[in-house]
Amino acid sequence: MTAQPAAASADGAFVEFDRVQKSYDGETLVVKDLNLQIGKGEFLTMLGPSGSGKTTCLMMLAGFETATHGEIRLGGRPINSVPPHKRGIGMVFQNYALFPHMSVAENLAFPLEVRGLGKAEREAKILRALDMVQMGRFASRRPSQLSGGQQQRIALARALVFDPELVLMDEPLGALDKQLREHMQFEIKRLHDQLGITVVYVTHDQGEALTMSDRVAVFNDGRIQQLAPPAELYERPKNSFVAQFIGENNKLPGTVEEFGEDRAVVRLASGEVIDATPVNIRSKGQQTLVSIRPERVEFKPEMMPAGAHTLDAEVVEVIYMGDIFRTRLKVAGSDDFVMKCRNTLGQTRLVPGQHVRIGWHPQDARALDPL
Amino acid sequence: MADITADIAPGPTAGSSDPAAGRLTTADGQPLARALARAQARSRRRALLLVAPLLLFVLITFVVPIGQMLYRSVHNDAFARNMPNLAIWFADHPAGTEPDEAAFAALAADLQKARADKTAGEVGTRINYEISGTRSLFTSSARNADDLQPPYRESVLALDEDWGDPRLWQVMRGASTAYTASFYLAALDLTRDETGAIARVEENRRVYVRLFVKTLALSALITGICLMLGFPVAHLLAVLPLARSNLLMILVLLPFWTSLLVRTTSWMVLLQEQGVINNMLVAGGVIDDGSRIRMMYNQAGTIIAMVHILLPFMILPLYSVMRPINPSYVRAARSLGATSWTAFRRVYLPQTLPGIGAGSLLVFILAVGYYITPALVGGASGQLISNLIAYHMQDSLNWSMAAALAAILLAIVLMLYWLYDRLIGIDNMKLG
Ligand SMILES: Nc1ncnc2c1ncn2[C@@H]1O[C@H](COP(=O)(O)OP(=O)(O)O)[C@@H](O)[C@H]1O
Ligand SMILES: [Mg+2]
Repeated sequence: MTAQPAAASADGAFVEFDRVQKSYDGETLVVKDLNLQIGKGEFLTMLGPSGSGKTTCLMMLAGFETATHGEIRLGGRPINSVPPHKRGIGMVFQNYALFPHMSVAENLAFPLEVRGLGKAEREAKILRALDMVQMGRFASRRPSQLSGGQQQRIALARALVFDPELVLMDEPLGALDKQLREHMQFEIKRLHDQLGITVVYVTHDQGEALTMSDRVAVFNDGRIQQLAPPAELYERPKNSFVAQFIGENNKLPGTVEEFGEDRAVVRLASGEVIDATPVNIRSKGQQTLVSIRPERVEFKPEMMPAGAHTLDAEVVEVIYMGDIFRTRLKVAGSDDFVMKCRNTLGQTRLVPGQHVRIGWHPQDARALDPL
Repeated sequence: MADITADIAPGPTAGSSDPAAGRLTTADGQPLARALARAQARSRRRALLLVAPLLLFVLITFVVPIGQMLYRSVHNDAFARNMPNLAIWFADHPAGTEPDEAAFAALAADLQKARADKTAGEVGTRINYEISGTRSLFTSSARNADDLQPPYRESVLALDEDWGDPRLWQVMRGASTAYTASFYLAALDLTRDETGAIARVEENRRVYVRLFVKTLALSALITGICLMLGFPVAHLLAVLPLARSNLLMILVLLPFWTSLLVRTTSWMVLLQEQGVINNMLVAGGVIDDGSRIRMMYNQAGTIIAMVHILLPFMILPLYSVMRPINPSYVRAARSLGATSWTAFRRVYLPQTLPGIGAGSLLVFILAVGYYITPALVGGASGQLISNLIAYHMQDSLNWSMAAALAAILLAIVLMLYWLYDRLIGIDNMKLG
């Protein structure tokens, strides 16, 4: 049992969940068959709605919950039976968990003291860690004398001060206001790049997940719905949950009329037909949910591929948002279809009541399983 | 008040905060402080009215009785009131003066007066507090007081030669003023010798100090045991899900719903030599019938029963401090590399200190003043200072002595409280 995990295992995975299941009550599975490999130096985010099992996964990795089934490996070594204090994993808690009866410096000294480091070495490391988060002047303060953002930085410094190779963060920015949160996202990302640490980050904020991560694991109902880099997650969601959870999305329910390798034709309830790319539909006649990003919807014929199906749409509302026009349309009987047009020179101004024909590149419309 | 607030508008005349005048005034020239006080007087009056019943209650049930107790502990005029002539002689002659003929004359006159007023018993009782066996000296002498004639010295000594005892005269001198420290001296096993100097009483009569020490030691022990037993229980209550911890909490509070007397008596049933526990041990062959363990009518009985009764007072403050401690603190400590013991000692325990302090203080103070349990199960060796106070209240009827002992107890408790405040800080205390 060494405090520091050794090199990554042969297949390159530094952290590995192998068919992990977790149940708290012996009746329901909170985590269902989790398989996940995280590379060394990777920034992986677990994203999902509240109650989807993200914290549970993190706690199993940190050693505070035991996996009901399956194996968790760190640096190729199974750690299921290694107690938390021997795993050498840094952790940042949502409420920061700074020890209230200790000063900032004492908080940072704690992991070094329990590791038996000498005073001089301790002080050097504390100073370095505090400088890293630009909190050098606050060493003698109590946590209660710091603002939320400052406490956040100290919690970060404390998780890093003993040079862990893996750092876990459970919604660390959840309690901060928007501006501070964006700033801290940047800071965390900078530290990750600078120190070369592996980070497993939990959040329910998709913006945070997309901006920070190398890869995002979207959780729902105890399962990873999709594991992909942010761009792929946004542009090529694998199922309707991911499509809905990440970013804004238009959903058009219908039936598969033609089913090909990379092209499907879907008939909507209104009788109109549209083009789509089949993602996880299997056969003709199946119910499906076609998802299209608002910014990929076009209303000028010259922007659509030749021969594409178009839909009739009535403009309900146009909101001027500066960089874009957010246009709400009535399409196929429902009036929550959104189209975003860039505010370019000479952009056609639509007015409510106007009828247009909208269409898209079939690649941008993804035919998914209905929820 | 609308005119005041509305008119404090910036302007050259109204609402002047004239620095030369040095005081702020309202628009119509009244001092601002007075206007404010008037504005608040109404609400203050109403607040006072609301707390008035409580104030009255506290006054009647605490301030008056404690004041009276303190008064009684230094004031006893049984002698001074009934023996006026002697009191005058003592006042005229400094301590250490041999009682002369005038003194005996005064004594004779007072004894005659006591006989007439039938107060010899009262006076004798007062002196008897300090020299046992003197009550009868006063009553029998008073009965024959009419036979006394000059020279009084010989006449009185002929009646009973104990009247020549210098210590008796010393005690009478002490009692001749209504205000006296002699009860406090006695409560600390001290007395005044013939010359009036403070000295310790004879070895075999030093009971109070030893009992105070024993009371404090036993209370400390009981507090320690309560902490040892209560801490894990409170911790369990704090970490369990609320539904189950509430159920357990009922078990903790259950003793409060049973009469103290019933609980103490049930300990007697359990612990006495022919009691349940001994019977079980004998039946199980752990001990033989001849060597049954004495767990009752001694210190052990007092300790066991009092720990049981005071345990909830330890658990409740501990629980209320532990419940809001976020489990992530200990988790953070563990993730930082601390063993579970280190995490407990350095992170969890320090955060429970306010609860430990409050619980310990509460249990200790309650234990120091406990009366009924030691009286019932303590036997001879398990008596505490309160039992002696009760004895002086009920049996020896020496209320002044009881008051002095109680006042000393009060002083000890206040001192502890002060010490606690200095060491831990009273605002750090959390009583639930
Ligand atoms: N200690 C626990 N005991 C019982 N159930 C729990 C416990 N912790 C979490 N759960 C349940 O497990 C599910 C997943 O919780 P969690 O992992 O905290 O989700 P997330 O972090 O994604 O919001 C939830 O339904 C929650 O109620
Ligand atoms: Mg969570």
